[in-house]
Amino acid sequence: MDMTEIHVIKQHLIDPEICIRCNTCEAICPVQAITHDSRNYVVDAEKCNLCMACISPCPTGSIDNWRTMPRIKAYSLTEQLGWDELPPELTPEELAAEGVVPGAMPEIEPVAPSLPAAVSGETAFNSAQYGATMPPWSAAHGYTNLYGAKAAEKFITATVVGNVRVTEVGKEYDTHHIVLDFGSMPFPVLEGQSIGILPPGTDEASKPHYARQYSIASPRNGERPGYNNVSLTIKRVLQDHQGNAVRGVGSNYMCDLQIGDKVQVIGPFGTSFLMPNHPRSNIVMICTGTGSAPMRAMTEWRRRLRQSGKFEGGKLMLFFGARTKEELPYFGPLQTLPKDFIDINFAFSRTLEQPKRYVQDAMRERAADLGVLLKDPNTYFYVCGLKSMEEGVVLALRDVAQQAGLSWETVGAALKQEGRLHLETY
Amino acid sequence: MSSINYSEKIPNNVNLSEDRTLQRALEQWQPNFINWWDDIGPEGSTNSDVYLRTAVSVDPQGWAQFGHVKMRDYRWGIFLNPGETDRTIHFGDHKGEKAWQDIPGEYRANLRRIIVTQGDTEPASVEQQRHLGLTAPSMYDLRNLYQINVEEGRHLWAMVYLLHKHFGRDGRDEAEGLLERRSGDANNPRILGAFNEATPDWLSFFMFTYFTDRDGKFQLCALAESAFDPLARTTKFMLTEEAHHMFVGESGISRVIQRTSQKMNELKTDDVAKLRAAGVIDLPTIQRYINFHYSVTIDLFGADESSNAATFYSTGLKGRYEEGKRVDDHALKGQTYKVLEARNGELVEKEVPMLNALNEVLRDDYIKDSVAGVERWNKVLEKAGISVKLRVPHKAFHRNIGALAGVKVSPDGRVVSEAEWNASVGQWLPSNEDRAYVASLMGRVVEPGKFANWIAPPVMGINRQPVDFDYVRFN
Repeated sequence: MDMTEIHVIKQHLIDPEICIRCNTCEAICPVQAITHDSRNYVVDAEKCNLCMACISPCPTGSIDNWRTMPRIKAYSLTEQLGWDELPPELTPEELAAEGVVPGAMPEIEPVAPSLPAAVSGETAFNSAQYGATMPPWSAAHGYTNLYGAKAAEKFITATVVGNVRVTEVGKEYDTHHIVLDFGSMPFPVLEGQSIGILPPGTDEASKPHYARQYSIASPRNGERPGYNNVSLTIKRVLQDHQGNAVRGVGSNYMCDLQIGDKVQVIGPFGTSFLMPNHPRSNIVMICTGTGSAPMRAMTEWRRRLRQSGKFEGGKLMLFFGARTKEELPYFGPLQTLPKDFIDINFAFSRTLEQPKRYVQDAMRERAADLGVLLKDPNTYFYVCGLKSMEEGVVLALRDVAQQAGLSWETVGAALKQEGRLHLETY
Repeated sequence: MSSINYSEKIPNNVNLSEDRTLQRALEQWQPNFINWWDDIGPEGSTNSDVYLRTAVSVDPQGWAQFGHVKMRDYRWGIFLNPGETDRTIHFGDHKGEKAWQDIPGEYRANLRRIIVTQGDTEPASVEQQRHLGLTAPSMYDLRNLYQINVEEGRHLWAMVYLLHKHFGRDGRDEAEGLLERRSGDANNPRILGAFNEATPDWLSFFMFTYFTDRDGKFQLCALAESAFDPLARTTKFMLTEEAHHMFVGESGISRVIQRTSQKMNELKTDDVAKLRAAGVIDLPTIQRYINFHYSVTIDLFGADESSNAATFYSTGLKGRYEEGKRVDDHALKGQTYKVLEARNGELVEKEVPMLNALNEVLRDDYIKDSVAGVERWNKVLEKAGISVKLRVPHKAFHRNIGALAGVKVSPDGRVVSEAEWNASVGQWLPSNEDRAYVASLMGRVVEPGKFANWIAPPVMGINRQPVDFDYVRFN
C-alpha cells in the first residue's frame, strides 16, 4: 500500500435539491470551474481551486458542500449532472477502502479569500477556514513517516503491553486504552501526532487491509515515562455513520488484542497539531469521545513538566463532551487532576432527564474566562472529535471573541496564521 | 445633500465622488427616492433592524456583507460589473465593432425606452410588496421580503444612474417618472401589466418571485449582452441579486408544497375541504396560482412577433439569453422560428423570421427554465409519496399579449369556446374563494424559529445562520 500516493481532495459540490440554477456561481467563478446543463449546476474538480469566490454570492447555500474524496475517484461532471440529490459523504470505511487513512487531510483545504484581511460585516461562516496548518512557534520538531510504503522500512513491529477498557462495562460501546511498545526500535513521537496500524488479513477483495490511523494518547517520553512506548484510545466500531451494523476492521482488531501480541505500525504522522512548549503558553482543549486522545497526551506532558518543577506553566482548560459520563474515556483519572492545574468542563448530551449539553454550550458558559484566554497571544486551541462538532465549536469561539469585544475576523485570521487554532475532526 | 459622503452613503464603483454632474442629478433625485420609499416601501418596518446583505463592491467578498441594518439606512449602491478592456459587440449589425461606452445618437430613444421599462419594474415590485410584511409566515421570510425590497430599490438606482449619466435632461425626467408611477394606480400605472397585479398574500409573493423575477433574470441576461457597455455591466451585477429573489420564490413554494404533503400524509387525504380545514394550501389551489402567475409573466416577454425586438437585436441593444454561448452567426438574418397562432379553432405553428420572433425565443428559454423548477417541486411531492404532479399550463393559456391574446385556451392547450372557458375558469385560475382562503391563512408569525402552519421551515438559514436566528430585531 502506498499511502502517499493517495491524493485526498475536498471536492466542491452543489446540492441539486437546493440549487435554483440562478447562474450566479458560474458567472462569478474566476477559473470557469462551474458549468451547467438543463438539469444541474456542477463543479469541475479538475478546475476548482477552492478559492471560495462562489460561496457568499450564492443565494441558496446549495453551493457550500464538500466531500473528502481520493482525487482519482472525484465525482465527474457527467455523474454530477445526473444527480437529483447529493450522494452521502463516504464513510471512513469506504474511504479506507480507497486507501484513504482516517483523518487524512486534503492537500488543499477550502479557504475563505477574506482571510487574513479583516473585513467589516460578516461573510458566510466556514469553520475549517480558521484551522491552522502551521504548528505553534515553540512546538518541538516531530519526525514523520519513519515507517511506511515510502520509507526504508515498510512498518515497525510493536508489542502490546497493555489493553484496558476505559469506559464503563455494560454500555453500548467500549473504549480501550492500548499500550504499544517498540523495544529498541526508534519511534520518536510528540503529543498530537498519530500512527497507522496495519490490521492483519485481507479484505473482501483479498487485498491486504489498508492502514487505520489513531491519535497518540501518551506524551513524548512514553506512556510510562522513560519507556519506548505509546498509548492509543480506541473505540470499538459496531455501527457505521448511518447506524447500520458494521464491524470496524481496525478498532475491533485493536480492542481484542492480548498482552504480548504483535502489531504492525506505520508513521508517525502529523506536523501541525502540536503543543506549544514555551513558558506561560495556555492550552484550550475541546474534544468529544476518542478525540480526547491528543488532549490526554498534552495534559499528561504538562503534568509531568509541572511535577518536575522545571516548567513555568500556563493555563490548561478542557472541554470534554460525551453522551454520558459512563461513556467518557478517562473520566475517573481526569477527576483526580488538581483544579489549579487544569480547568475541566464536561458536557453530556444524553444524561437522563437532563437537557442535552454540548461542548459549545459549556464553552459559552465559560465565555468570560475563554475571552481572557482568547485575548492572550500565548493561548493555543485544539479541537478533536467528530466532524459535526467543529462548526459549533468555532462558532462558539467566534461568539466568545465578539462578547470580549474582539473582531472575530481579526482574531480568527490571527489564530490561523499563528498556528493557534488546530482542528482535527473526522 | 451636499454633505453626502458618496462612497460611504452610496457605495459605488462609478467614480461618483468625482463626477459633479452626476452628483447634482442624484442629489435632486435622492430625497424623492427616500420620500417614495417612506410612502411605498414596506409598511411598519421603519424601526426594525434587519439582517440584510449589502453590496459594497462587486467582488465576491464585497457584495455579500451581512449585518443588521435599518432598511432606510440600507446603502443603495451603484455597481457595474468590472469591465473588459476592448470588449467587442458580439451580435447584430455592429458585430465585431468596439462596445459603446456612450450611446450612439441614433439609438438613444430605443435604449432609453428599454432602460425605463426595466427600471419601472423595480419600484413596482417594492410597491406590490408593501403590505406583505404585516402577514409574514416567519421572521426568516420577513427578512427575505425586506432583502428583496431593498434590492429592488437598488435596481431602481442602477437604472436611474444610467438615465442620469447618459441621457441628460430626458434621463432626469424619466427618472422622476419612475417615482411618480404607482403599481395598480388606474391613472398612473406601471408600464407592464404584470406589475400592476396585486400581490395580496404570500403564496402570490412566492409565485411572483419565482415566475416574475425569473422574467427579470431573462430580461437582464438579454440586456447583459448589450453593445452599450454600461448597461451590460449594470445588469450583470443586478443578476447576482435577482438570484436571491428567485430563491425566495422557489424555496417558498417548495416549503408550501412540503407542508401540504405532510398534512396529506398525516390525514391520509387529498380532499381539499379537509386540507383547508387543517390549514394548509391544497395542491389544486397551488396549481391555479401557478397557472395565473405563469401566464401573466410570459406575457411580459411581449408580442410573439415584434419588429422592435428585431431592431433591438440588430442594432446591438439587446441580445438573446446566453448570446455568447450560442453557436450561430449572431446576425439571424434569413433564419426562422416557430410561433403559435390559433387557426380554425386549433393552435398551429408557423414559421416567422427569427429576428421578429426574438421575444418568443426569450420566452421559450424562460419556459424551459421555469419548467425545470416546477419539476423540482414535483420531486418534493414524489419524495412524500404523492403522485400528483404540478405543471405549467400551455403557453397559449390565458394570454393577453400577442397573437394569442383573446384566444381561449385550456391549460392543456385546447382552444375552447367562450362558454367552456367561463364554465371552467374556476378550475384553472384562482377563484375569489381560493384567494379568500389563502388570505385567511395570512396571520403574522415573527417569533424566531416559528413558522405559520401552512409552510415548512427552510432547509437552512441565511448566511448559514440558524433557522431560529433573529433575522429581524423589532425595536
